[in-house]
Amino acid sequence: MVATLRPKSGPARSYRFPTFSDERLPSGLRLLTAPVSKLPVVTMLVLVDAGSANDPAGKEGVAALTAGLLLEGTAQLSGAEISEKFEKLGTSAESGADWDSAFVKLTALSDHLEDAATLLGQILQRPAFPEREVERLKAERLAEILQLETEPRGLADEKFSEFLYSPDSRYSKPDEGNSKTVSALSRTDVENFFRANYRTGSTTVILAGDITPESARALVEKAFQNWSPGTAESQRLVATARTSQKSFHIVDKRDAPQSELRVGHVGLPRKIPDFFPTLVMNAVLGGLFGSRINLNLREAHGYTYGASSFYDWRRGPGPFVVSTAVQSDVTAPALREILLEIERIRVKQISDEELSLARDYLDGVFPIRYETTAAIASALATLVIYDLPADYYDTYRNNIRGVSVAAVLKAAQAHLHPDLLQTIVVGDARAIKDSVGELGLGDVQVHHS
Amino acid sequence: MRIPVETFRLDNGLFVTLSEDHTAPIVAVNLWYHVGSANEKPGRTGFAHLFEHMLFQGSAHVASNEHFEMIQRAGGTLNGSTWLERTNYFETVPSNELALALWLEADRMGDLLPAMTQEKLDTQRDVVKNERRWSVDNQPYGTMLEKLQELVFPRSHPFEHSLIGSMEDLSAASLDDIAQFFVTYYTPDNAVLSIAGDFDASEARALIGEYFGPIPRGKGKPPLPPMTLPPVFGSPLREVVEDDVSLPRLFMAFRSPVFGSDQYYAASIASALLGMRKGSRLHRALVRERQIAADAGAFTLDLAKGTDLLVVDVTARPETPVAQLEEEVEREIDLLHRDGVSEEEVRRAQALIETDLIASLQSAGERADRLSMFATYFGRPELINEQVDRYRAVTAKKVNELVKERFGEDNRASLIYVPREGVETENLLAAAVGAG
Repeated sequence: MVATLRPKSGPARSYRFPTFSDERLPSGLRLLTAPVSKLPVVTMLVLVDAGSANDPAGKEGVAALTAGLLLEGTAQLSGAEISEKFEKLGTSAESGADWDSAFVKLTALSDHLEDAATLLGQILQRPAFPEREVERLKAERLAEILQLETEPRGLADEKFSEFLYSPDSRYSKPDEGNSKTVSALSRTDVENFFRANYRTGSTTVILAGDITPESARALVEKAFQNWSPGTAESQRLVATARTSQKSFHIVDKRDAPQSELRVGHVGLPRKIPDFFPTLVMNAVLGGLFGSRINLNLREAHGYTYGASSFYDWRRGPGPFVVSTAVQSDVTAPALREILLEIERIRVKQISDEELSLARDYLDGVFPIRYETTAAIASALATLVIYDLPADYYDTYRNNIRGVSVAAVLKAAQAHLHPDLLQTIVVGDARAIKDSVGELGLGDVQVHHS
Repeated sequence: MRIPVETFRLDNGLFVTLSEDHTAPIVAVNLWYHVGSANEKPGRTGFAHLFEHMLFQGSAHVASNEHFEMIQRAGGTLNGSTWLERTNYFETVPSNELALALWLEADRMGDLLPAMTQEKLDTQRDVVKNERRWSVDNQPYGTMLEKLQELVFPRSHPFEHSLIGSMEDLSAASLDDIAQFFVTYYTPDNAVLSIAGDFDASEARALIGEYFGPIPRGKGKPPLPPMTLPPVFGSPLREVVEDDVSLPRLFMAFRSPVFGSDQYYAASIASALLGMRKGSRLHRALVRERQIAADAGAFTLDLAKGTDLLVVDVTARPETPVAQLEEEVEREIDLLHRDGVSEEEVRRAQALIETDLIASLQSAGERADRLSMFATYFGRPELINEQVDRYRAVTAKKVNELVKERFGEDNRASLIYVPREGVETENLLAAAVGAG
């Protein structure tokens, strides 16, 4: 017989997010270093203010293509030689673009860091953007777009953005571009984008792991001595809703065993005064396993393997979305439960138990999030990208603990908009069309992909 | 670099490994039960995994879903997973909540059955059926693992049937099956408990003794049927699957030495030099140079009994005909089989694997999981500290011996996904080809 009495918590041990240095080098580069010496490992992350939100209109996808091509050749080295050189050092550099930044990152054993950083510096300062590699990466992106046509989850995400934002909004198109915009991109577009955006004043190097700020400084000054000076001009971001009416779209997938559901509206930019109450509110609504939406759809009804809600935080207002996949024959009842949950959290205060579950989880899990050098580097990137205060991580837990049920209700009322909900279903239109018409979610439009 | 490893066994047979690290106030608790889909009875495919779901539905002193709630309330993360040979359950919690995590695991190991009801089983059956729809049936290439198992293992071999199970078998599972399975396999002598992170060893020993000590030893589990297989298939195997996919994709599997054996490390290096990262043979040749593939990789399933599988995974570019995809992959394998590998290629693979091994040990959860794995399969958790050396000991000669034995035409099983007739992709295809 196992002991019946639940154990009590012991005294909590204190934890601090790793201290880090933050400096501007003479060249204009910003450098953040977080020394963490548990294991002989270092993560290096180069962040450039050259994300997909900076794509010029009609050139959607050029930020991602440019970032991808950074490691595909210089005047001296081919892409194949670059991969080989990194891999012999036991590391591989990876590059790409998110909405708000371009990045290049690698994790290396401390013994190889200097060689890897020097190599990375050489390559990033002189990318040649070989024509052949430009065309290859475009073709690989087009293959990926084609794959999405038969991948219900990705397709639902993409269609949701398309129906959520006005066509002139950058967020209405995929961050890596669609088949039309990608097909039209040229080597010149890439070169122009690189020249305009990759500057010292727009670049931050982050090092986390087995390294000191002094050696990081020496390393980065040497490796990046020829980076173009200046600061890029930032683009004005358009991110407006496509409609102020509720609307309902079915993307038809014959005989689909499940419906992929996305329900939501244009959300919030990352930097808002009531970020913490909103975070806790969403945790209660659909951000945790024990959230209302998951417990309702999965554990009470068995409609799904999982259901969640989230704000997709970006510099501009990214989507707020409830996301799940349910068996086709319960599409309408599942949607009804989602609507009820969105309404319910706006009308009545959440219980103290619900508040403490979300708050204690977000507070307690904090140290678990920063176990690895890669996670620490990425946390520092968040500070840089969203221009958050240097003590953001030191005050994070207090800010979470300070959220009240009243603040959660206020956040729900301010930031959830049942009247603006856009619903996208990727599923079998014949099987679900009639039953979803009565939900009051707007006129049902069926699209054949 | 070595991580500390301490072990002991309780009288009831529970094997325990402890690994202290006080750099952050975090502790990981990890349990491996030595039971997986391989132990399922005919007509009950998917049962081990369905059972894993039921373990979150409460036990004698824990209400349904309360396990999840209590750990999350404590600021912890948790989950479970099922594989062919084992099922694991794990949580990472603030170090002052170690007792809670251990108590919850002990309550469900010792006292699960009083909490099981038909209603809970019915709901979780629906959840698992939706998991199957989501991850297998409504996902391009989602049937890969079960199709591959069927193709490469002989009928009635314990690895031959689906891990997530068929809809029919899931429907047939009863409460009585749950009770039988629990009594047979969820016993302390069929489990390994690992703790990694910030804890005091003597305190942990006391808690483990108190919570797990009273749980009675099991009555033994039925032996698995013979699992050993010849080193090669004997002749090439091939299956073509028409599915709702946009691009053809080839999975080519080879029987390969079981996880943990000396030869396994040579196979793992062979897999890495074929398909790990962009500098690998397949990526360089098929994606970068010849541009017939959108993606290429290789991996091993890490099976510790019978035979392991090394799998090459190549997705075609839209304009590449299936026949060409197969031909060109075959050619790369022929080349490897005929000419072998160079020391330089082996060193590239070793360097990449070494960095990954060390970087992965940063996380307490990973350390605990690997300790459980080595203890469950080999009774030797300290193997966690020998991995880098085992990989370093692999030479080109050893890889070439492996390659000669395992990469011939008599040891290739090809599973090929092709777009179903009538899938309307022509417009996109034209756009893709036009830009290529």
